Amino acid sequence: MKLYPRQRHRVLQVVTKLIIPFVMMFGLYVQFHGDYGPGGGFQAGVIFSTAFILHGLIFGLQRTRAVLSPAILRIMMCAGLLLYCGTGIVTILLGGNLLDYNVLAHDPLHGQHWGIFTVELGVGITVTGVMISLFYNFASRRSD
Amino acid sequence: METLVADVLLTFLVVIAVGIIVLRDLLAAVILLGAYSLTAAGAFVVMDAVDVAFTEAAVGSGISTILFLGALSFTKHEQKPRGNDSWVAVLFVVVTGALLIYGTLDMPYYGSATSAAQTNPDLAVRFLQQSGSEVGPPNIVTSVLASYRGYDTLGETMVVFAAGMAVLSLLGLKRRRPGLEAPEDAPGDTPGETPADALDEPPTSRHT
Repeated sequence: MKLYPRQRHRVLQVVTKLIIPFVMMFGLYVQFHGDYGPGGGFQAGVIFSTAFILHGLIFGLQRTRAVLSPAILRIMMCAGLLLYCGTGIVTILLGGNLLDYNVLAHDPLHGQHWGIFTVELGVGITVTGVMISLFYNFASRRSD
Repeated sequence: METLVADVLLTFLVVIAVGIIVLRDLLAAVILLGAYSLTAAGAFVVMDAVDVAFTEAAVGSGISTILFLGALSFTKHEQKPRGNDSWVAVLFVVVTGALLIYGTLDMPYYGSATSAAQTNPDLAVRFLQQSGSEVGPPNIVTSVLASYRGYDTLGETMVVFAAGMAVLSLLGLKRRRPGLEAPEDAPGDTPGETPADALDEPPTSRHT
C-alpha cells in the first residue's frame, strides 16, 4: 500500500479526532454559560473555530473545506452580525430603545435574558466565521 | 503575595519581549509571542480579570500564533541580517517608547485608592448592586458587555466583521482576468477540483 505523506502523522490524526468533539463542546459551553461564568460570544467563537483550524492543520485544508465550505463561512459572518442588528431593530419595533431588551418579553428580566442570549449568539457566529475564514485564506496561499 | 506573583509574571513578560526582539529565528519568535500572551493571561487572572484572560489566552496564544505561522510559510524562517540601522528609525522608536512610558505615569497604581474607579464609585457600585435585578446574569461582565454596553459590543462585532471582509477582499476573492477562470475558493486548489473530489484520493503534499 502506498504511504502518502499525511499518513506519517497517524498518532496526531487519531488524537485530533479524539480532541475535536471536546473542543467544540467546550466552545458551546463557553457560549451558553457565559451568563454564569467567564466567557461569552467572542471567546466561544474563537474556541469553536479552533476545532476546525486543528482539523485543517492535521488533515489538510481540502478536507476541512469539504466539511465547512467558504461559502457557508461567508453566510455565517453576515448572519451573526444581522442577528445582532436584528435584535436591535426588533427592540425598536417593540417600542423600546435600540438594544433595550426589556421589551422583548413581558417580564423585563426575561427580556434581558433573551436579548443577551441572541446578541451573544450573533457575536459567536460572526467570530467563528471570521476566524475560520482568516485561517482558510492564509493557509491556502502557501502554494503560490 | 498576590503582588509578588503579578510582579514575577510581568518580569517574565519583559524577558520574553526582549527575547523576541533579540531572536533572529522567526519561528522561535512566533512561539515566544504565544508564550507572551499566555503569561499575560496569567497576569490578568492574578488581577481578577478572568474574562480578559480568557480572551487573551484564546486569541493571543491560540489563533494569532497559528495565523503568524501561516504567514511564516510565505517567507523564510530566518530574519535577514540587517544592514546599518537608520538613525531616523532608532530616534523614532526611542521617542515613541518614551512617550508611551510617559503616558503610563498618569495611570493609577495597581489597586490604588485614588483611581478613577474608586473616586467615582457611582457606576461600579451601581453595576455591582443593581445588575442582578436589572439585567439578571450573575456574571456582571456579561451584563455590562451585552446589555448596558450592548451598543459598544455591536461596534466591536462590526469591527470583527469588517476585518474578515477586508481579508476576504484582499486574499479570498475570485481573480477576474480575461480568459482565465480561477477556482472559486482559493489559489491553492487546482482548477475544477471540488472538495469532494479531493476526498477520494489522498491529498498530495507539497512538502515531498
